[in-house]
Order: sequence, then C-alpha cells, then structure tokens
Amino acid sequence: MQVIARLALFVCLLAARCIAAAPTPAPLSPAEELQRVDGEVGRYGGHLVVGQRSEPKTLNPVTAADAVSREVIGRLMADLITINRGSQQIEPGLAKSWTTSADGRTFTLKLRKGIRFSDGHPFDADDVIFSFTVYLDEAVNSPQRDLLVIDGKPLTVTKLDQYTVRFALPRPYAAAERIFDGLAMLPKHILEKPYREGRFVQTWALNTSPAEFVGLGPFRVKEYLAGQRIVLERNPYYWRTDGDNHRLPYLDELVFLFVGSEDAQVMRFEAGETDVVNRLSAENFALLARERTRTGSQLVDLGPSLDYNFLVFNLNDLSAEKKKLDTISAKQAWFRDLKFRQAVSAAVDRDSIVRLVYGSRGTALWGNVGPGNKLWVNQAIPHPQRSLETSRQLLKSAGFSWNNAGQLLDSSGKAVEFSIVSSSSNTQRMKMATLVQDDLAHLGIQVHVVPLDFRAMLDRMFQSFDYEAAIMGLGGGDPDPNPEMNVWLSSGSTHLWHLGETQPASDWEQEIDRLMQQQMITLNYEKRKRLYDRVQQIVAENLPFIFLATANVLTGAKAQVGNFHPAVLDHYTLWNVDQLYLRTEARRVERAGVR
Amino acid sequence: MRTKTLILLLALAILHLMVIFAGFIAPYDPGAQNRELPYAPPTRLHFFDASGFHLRPFLYASVLALDSYQEDQTREYPVHLLARGGSYTILGILRSNVHLFRVDEPARIFVFGADGYGRDEFSRLLYGGQMSLAAGVLATLLSLAAGTVIGTVSGYYGKWVDESLMGSAELFLSLPWLYFLIAVRAFLPLHLSPAGTFLLLICVIGLIGWARPARLVRGIVLSARGRNYVSAARGFGASDFYLLRRHVFPETFGVLLTQAALLVPQYVAAEATLSFFGLGVSEPVPSWGNMLSTLQQYSVLVSYGWLLAPAGALVVTSVIYWLLADALHSRLKSYSI
Repeated sequence: MQVIARLALFVCLLAARCIAAAPTPAPLSPAEELQRVDGEVGRYGGHLVVGQRSEPKTLNPVTAADAVSREVIGRLMADLITINRGSQQIEPGLAKSWTTSADGRTFTLKLRKGIRFSDGHPFDADDVIFSFTVYLDEAVNSPQRDLLVIDGKPLTVTKLDQYTVRFALPRPYAAAERIFDGLAMLPKHILEKPYREGRFVQTWALNTSPAEFVGLGPFRVKEYLAGQRIVLERNPYYWRTDGDNHRLPYLDELVFLFVGSEDAQVMRFEAGETDVVNRLSAENFALLARERTRTGSQLVDLGPSLDYNFLVFNLNDLSAEKKKLDTISAKQAWFRDLKFRQAVSAAVDRDSIVRLVYGSRGTALWGNVGPGNKLWVNQAIPHPQRSLETSRQLLKSAGFSWNNAGQLLDSSGKAVEFSIVSSSSNTQRMKMATLVQDDLAHLGIQVHVVPLDFRAMLDRMFQSFDYEAAIMGLGGGDPDPNPEMNVWLSSGSTHLWHLGETQPASDWEQEIDRLMQQQMITLNYEKRKRLYDRVQQIVAENLPFIFLATANVLTGAKAQVGNFHPAVLDHYTLWNVDQLYLRTEARRVERAGVR
Repeated sequence: MRTKTLILLLALAILHLMVIFAGFIAPYDPGAQNRELPYAPPTRLHFFDASGFHLRPFLYASVLALDSYQEDQTREYPVHLLARGGSYTILGILRSNVHLFRVDEPARIFVFGADGYGRDEFSRLLYGGQMSLAAGVLATLLSLAAGTVIGTVSGYYGKWVDESLMGSAELFLSLPWLYFLIAVRAFLPLHLSPAGTFLLLICVIGLIGWARPARLVRGIVLSARGRNYVSAARGFGASDFYLLRRHVFPETFGVLLTQAALLVPQYVAAEATLSFFGLGVSEPVPSWGNMLSTLQQYSVLVSYGWLLAPAGALVVTSVIYWLLADALHSRLKSYSI
C-alpha cells in the first residue's frame, strides 16, 4: 500500500515537473538598449544538462572563490565589460560603450538603458556603485578585491547620471578594461539590506530560496537539490538578442548535475545523461572519439591551453628552519646551480611527455607562455632538442662527476638524488614525474616520485617548504600578462620557487620585477609585448621553472547542441550558454523511451 | 584427497618458482620504457606467412598509427628460446643474461601487452609478484609468530594476562586499518627507499594481523592446558616451558598451517590494496597493487583489458592457497578423529 502511495506521489511530482513550464521571454520593448549578438539563429526550448565535479559552495558572486561555484554563478550574473572567450578581446557587456581619458586613468562607462534584473527590477548606475562598494569593502574580503586595488589604493567609482559611471584609477593600468570581466553586477534592491546589516558574507548561500537570487545573467535559479543538482531557468528579461531579434537565451533550463570526478562525468556523458563535458583528458577524449558514432557527439580539440606544467626546485631560504630541513638545504647547492637546472631541462624528453601523457594531444613547453596564447607568446624562445650529451657536458662543467656504477656525484663526492612531489589525484602530472624520473636516471640521478594529497603538497610548497622538487601547473585564466604578476614578481604570492623574498634574490629576478611593473603601466600593446617578451626570455634562460608541457583543451557536446563554440579560456564550453540551443527534441524523446 | 593436496602444492611451487625466476622468464627489465609503444596490446604470434607454415612462431613489430596499433609486415621476427638479453640476478646471487624467450630488436614481444609507459606487462607481472608474494609470505610468518607467542601466553597463563591481551586483540580487529594507515603515511618521511617501504609494508601488514591467529592459538592452548596428560606432567614437576613445548604447542600446529594458507592470499591482497592507494611500493618498482592502480582511470579500465593481468594473478594465487587451506583442514580433521 505504502509502495503504491509513494509511486503515486512520484508520478504526481513528475507530472508537476513537466507542467511547470519555463518562463517565456519577455517581449522586446523599444525602451531597452539590448545587445544583438552574431551567431547561428537557434530555436527555443529544451534543457541542457551539464555534469559538475561537485556542488557549488555558494552562489554569492562576491565571496565565491572556487571554480565550481563560479561555473554556476557565471551563468546567473553579468559584468560591465567582458572578455569574449572566442576572440579573447574585450567587448561591451552591461556597459554599452566607454571612453578612456588620454592618461589612461579614468573610464567613463555608459550603461544600457531600460534593462532589468531577473525579477523585473530595473538596472541603473546605483546598482553599479553598490556593487563596487561591496567588492571594495575589506570586511567582505572578496577575492576580486586585489584586482581593484592598485599600489594600495582602491579605484574610485562615481555616478555621473542614472546611466553613466566614472572609474578613476590611482595610476595608468594596462588593459584596465579586463578587470571588469567577471565582476558581477549586484541587485541593490535585494542585497543592500543584508549588506547594511553586516550579513552580506552569509547571503546567497545555497539554502536561500531560489526567488531571492537575482541577477543579470541569462539564467536564474529555479531549484536546488542538495547533493544532486541545481536547475536554472531562463531569465525572461535577459538583455541580449540574436540576429533575428529573439531574446536570448534559447534554452528553457540549464541543469548542473553533481556527478564527481572527470571519469564520472565522462561515464554520464557516454550514458547520454549529460549534454556537455567541459574539459576532457586526452585519454577520455580518445575514448569518446572511438564511440563517437554510437553516442553521436561533437568532440572539439581546441589546441594548446594557456596553463603550463613545470618542474620546480625548492630554492626557498631555509635558514630559519635549518635544523629540520638540513638535508634539503644541502641539496639546494645543486638546485641553485643554473647549470644543474639547465642539465635537467636538456635531459627531459618533452616529446614523450606529450605522447605518453597527452596521447599527442598536447604541446611541449619551453616557457611560461605557450603557443595557445597567440597575443603574448614570445616566438623567439628556443626549443632545444632533448640532449643527454648537452646535459652531461653541463654537469661536468659544473663540477659533477660519475662513479663506476654510473651514479652522478657532486664536487664533494655525494651521490645526487632528490624527490619530486606531485598531487596523487592528478594522474597526468604523476605520469610526467615518472617520465622525468626515468629521463634523469640516464644521467645517473636517482629521483624518487612522491605522490601527495593535493592539500598536503600545497602545504609543503607554501608553508613548510619541506620538499625538494615538485611538478605543478599554473595559469589558464586570462591570456593577459597581468594575472601572472603574482608568479613573476619576487614579492608575489605564487613566486613558487622562492616565496617571501623581501628583495629580489638575484639580478635576473630584479630585472623581471622591473619589467613586470613597467608592462603593467604601459598602455601600448607593442611596447608591453616587448617588455613581456623579455620576461619570457629571462625566465627561459634562468629556469626557475623547468617547463614541461601543456594539454590541449578538449571538450565535447551532444551533436544536437547548436552554437557549440568552445574556447581555450575558462569557462570553455558554457561561455556562450545564452546562444546554445538544441537542434531537435526528437533524439531526446527517443532516448527517454529506450531508458 | 592426497593427490589433490599434491597437485595444489605443485601448482603453488610453480607459481612461486616463476616469480623467483622472474629474471629468466621475463623477456625485459620491468622498468624499461618503450616510449613509442604506450598501451601496446598483447603481441600476436604468427605461424603462417606468404611462404606457408613455420614451426617457429614469429611476430611483426607494432607501430602506433594515430590511435591504434598496426603490424609492420615488412619484416618477420622469429621468437628465440633461451636467447641472450639484458642481465639480471636471481635471489641476488645468480647472475645471467639468458632469457626464456626473446625477439630481435627493435620488435618487442608483449605477452600481456604494455602499460602507459610502454613497459612490458608480463615482465612487470613476474617481478611485481616477487614483491607481492614475498610480502604475503613474510607478513604471514611475522603475524603467525606474533600470534602464536601472544596466544600461547594468553591461553596458558589466563587471568588478567589473558584478559588484557585478548582485549587488545579485539581492539586491533576493530580498528579501520586503511584509514589509519593513510593517516600514518602523513607522518612518515617523504621518501622511503623501495626496500624500506617493503620492510615497512611487511611489518605493518604482519603486525596488524596477529590478533586472529592469537585468538585461535589461545583457544587451543586453553583446552590443551586442562587435559589430563598435561596435569599429569605438571604433577611430575615439568616446567612451564617444557609443558608448552612438549604438550601444548604441538596441538596448535595444524591450525597454524591452515591459518598460513588462509593468510598468505589475504596479505598479498593487503599489499595490493596498500600499493593501489599509493601507500606501498612506489614507481618504477612494480607490485601487483601499484600495477593495478592505473586502472583507477576509467579510460584505461575500459580500453586496455590486458592491464587487468595482475588482478588475474591475484585471483589465481588466492584460489590455490584457499583450496590448499581447505585440503589441509579436512586432512587434519580426519587425523584428529
């Protein structure tokens, strides 16, 4: 009896779910200054299901720091000026146009008139002022705040009229428009009260009722089921239209399923339960490619990504912890020797890494900017072939020698051996470590590969400095050099090989500091490029990182997903989610019948 | 009954000899990478070519073309028996370079295919067996030794000794060991040599497992202690040690033998589990557990079936040992009646 009652309830719920139709797009009004976008004209309807690694932690765009949360928030919110993921150039968002003063320090933005938040409330300059007040508030502690504070001084925002705002920077700042990307504009009418009451940080947690999440993005929250999924529905007031004056987005619903690891995402995609896989490893890509005919999917290899994997030696100053890390500081004599690092770099078989780790869907790297970053890569960086002979000569000239068993000995006769830590959950980097281990064995260097939990590894690299060498990856955000500042500035928080330098530890680090500071205030692209080229050259010559390889950006979607134009920038597949549409409903129904 | 036991013992001997003589049977060094041949499938042996049948099987070299392997039929590579190749040592004393079978370079003979680094899975399976089986056998000896001593003391002396020892045995049985070991690993030095890890593994597995044999031995000692002939011997002035050695301990012998046959496969699997989670022997030294750990990747699991070979070896080993334990058990029962 109970079973029947439950079944009946289930059927009712199912029916209710089907009946509760998505809101239809609001009719266009001449008062709205909408943005027309190019691209194939699609059709309305359907829902797109995307697998996600885990649940978002929060939907508060100001405090969210993790990628998964930002993945969802990005679909709910909009920014003033945006980086088009396809062209990698900036384009207007909520600001329809802007002017820059001659000294590059003030920006005057004209906002779109007549557009509305997802609850129908109009958007104007007050919302912009409110948003920036929140982002700049130290009590809120937004991760984006750093971008808005230049030389310790925050940028200032003033309202000129209801649809015009002016931003003033403390000093000229290259590519300043790019900082607006990803800064979601907040609804003052909803969030001002909690902000005044000091509750802002707790607002928009996942337990908030869906109606309270209000944004300017293509979707709004419909339903959240803890541990299972979050369902977004069309924002009927969205401010972009297609070429035929249809208000976007096309999709009725966007569903994020919390499925777990990449492998789990691939399995769901294979089973037809999800429509898009965001980023695939080469092995999973090859697996899906073999089954392409059966699953009917479009798989896209976008070429080299912007992130870079590298081997880094611990060059931190260990004198403070001398006692505990004695053995490591003894080995630092080798690591500090440029010839030793050059020898290691020359011995690494990068082509094999590309072949074995990425199944040839990757690119070998000799510098921090890969060929995927067309605007900034320094083409003059040499790509020397792997040569054990060069390595041996370098080591010999640095005072190393070999014993009869072929072991490498340093000038004091000590055998050269060290360990490489890497994240145990990242199979690709673990594989790189095993290949490097074998490469260096040819030089008589004994390398131990130590898999560590990712958090434990970060702790060793950033806090205790209790490691000898590590294989890590960085980058991947924005192609512009500015986000890389914290890696290359000697005082930077991600200056991994030597953290917490009060002043540059070497001449070349000082030179990099100067060049990076200079490029940040240089407005002309050509001049900036020259400065950044020089940085890349210094890095490649001094090898604080021994660059290994980068994966290609590999993505996939069902064949019927239209306007699927993935990009090498994050978010790879859903950046144009407002334009995605389903070509036909037929397949979906058919599949549901089979199941 | 007797023949069954003999057959099982023979199978066991073959298994262990294959692993001990891994250097001779395996065609390649377990760490040798063939970077042109990642995930190469098992090599196909041919007997026929354009000129007809050949008694000596031959093979073609594999070449990677895009996503799949093809045979390069321009040259035949006959399989040589007892051919010279890379040198190896057996049990650390016997040095040789003669291998059971090989093919001429640059072709490779991969009986069970190759792993992601192009390393011969068959060679790694044999060498990995050394690690896994030795860990199983040695850990069993350790845990039986510890279990016997503790169980005997506990059963013979009784009272508070018995209570405290059996109490701690229960504690040991109820701890969630895997999580405990993962936590312990965080406190160990970053890098341990393969030999160090191996010894640590044996100690950990062996010492954790003392509780069950200790309880069994205790039960037998407890009942043997009260027998009339033991009381009689005690009456004649026999010492505790004499009584244990002469009358009590021999009673436990059968149980220990059966336990050993049960524990070995269990400990081989324990080693595999620890290595699977990265707590055991690390790359490039093979063990059945760390070989299986690549199968944690879904794409590998569904694409390269031959990498399941270590799992097959684990099953075979376990089944042989269990059947043997069963046979021993029934033989002992028939004796005691």
